[in-house]
Amino acid sequence: MSTLHTVNKSPFEKTSLAACLDHLSAGAAVLLLEDGVYAALTQTSAEGQVKAALDSVKVYALGPDLQARGLSEERVIPGISVVDYAGFVDLAAEHDKVQAWL
Amino acid sequence: MSETIKNFLYLNRRAPYGTIYAWESLEVVLIGAAFDQDVSLAFVDDGVFQLTKGQDTAGVGMKNFSPTYAALGDYEVKKIYIEKESLEERGLSLDDLQHLTWEDEDDDYAEKDSIHLVTRAEMAAIMDGADVVFSF
Repeated sequence: MSTLHTVNKSPFEKTSLAACLDHLSAGAAVLLLEDGVYAALTQTSAEGQVKAALDSVKVYALGPDLQARGLSEERVIPGISVVDYAGFVDLAAEHDKVQAWL
Repeated sequence: MSETIKNFLYLNRRAPYGTIYAWESLEVVLIGAAFDQDVSLAFVDDGVFQLTKGQDTAGVGMKNFSPTYAALGDYEVKKIYIEKESLEERGLSLDDLQHLTWEDEDDDYAEKDSIHLVTRAEMAAIMDGADVVFSF
């Protein structure tokens, strides 16, 4: 079963991202959106756990949420793919289910 | 009416847009500024994200309220404290934030910086020195 995991909370405020990353199976993907996009940034205290996850799963970040927060794509950790809303729909359709980490 | 002027500290610890706290805080600050109180703003933890440059909310269909911070100087809100450690933990520096200023009418309307970078220990002292802390 392939699952798209979504994380919409800041990694600096909530443990949602860490909990998500600790519960991934083969074929999983992680989409960072809303305040979850802060986890996509380089040189933060959360960067290590995201980079480690990139070794085994695909990680995406929602572009419009990055732009809203003034975060340019140059700040995004290499290996994370930035997608738009249509890309979000594609990801949801490609996976068997969506699991939200609130 | 009492003439007592209290030192109000607005403590901002939340990122913008994901929740309504940041915007609500800004609204309350602007309303409170009309009452001639001694106002300070503190940006700690994810609150530092409120002041990032280049916010563009067109794609998410929300109001971009970040330009409003530039109006704080006109409301005599000129003590804005940013916690250094909070910036560093998030890969940010002051260069990533808006440049906020106020005009000093006692100094030929010179533009002066509103933002003060402070350490966590200094922030603790600022909090300790406030008469009232409003948390957002």
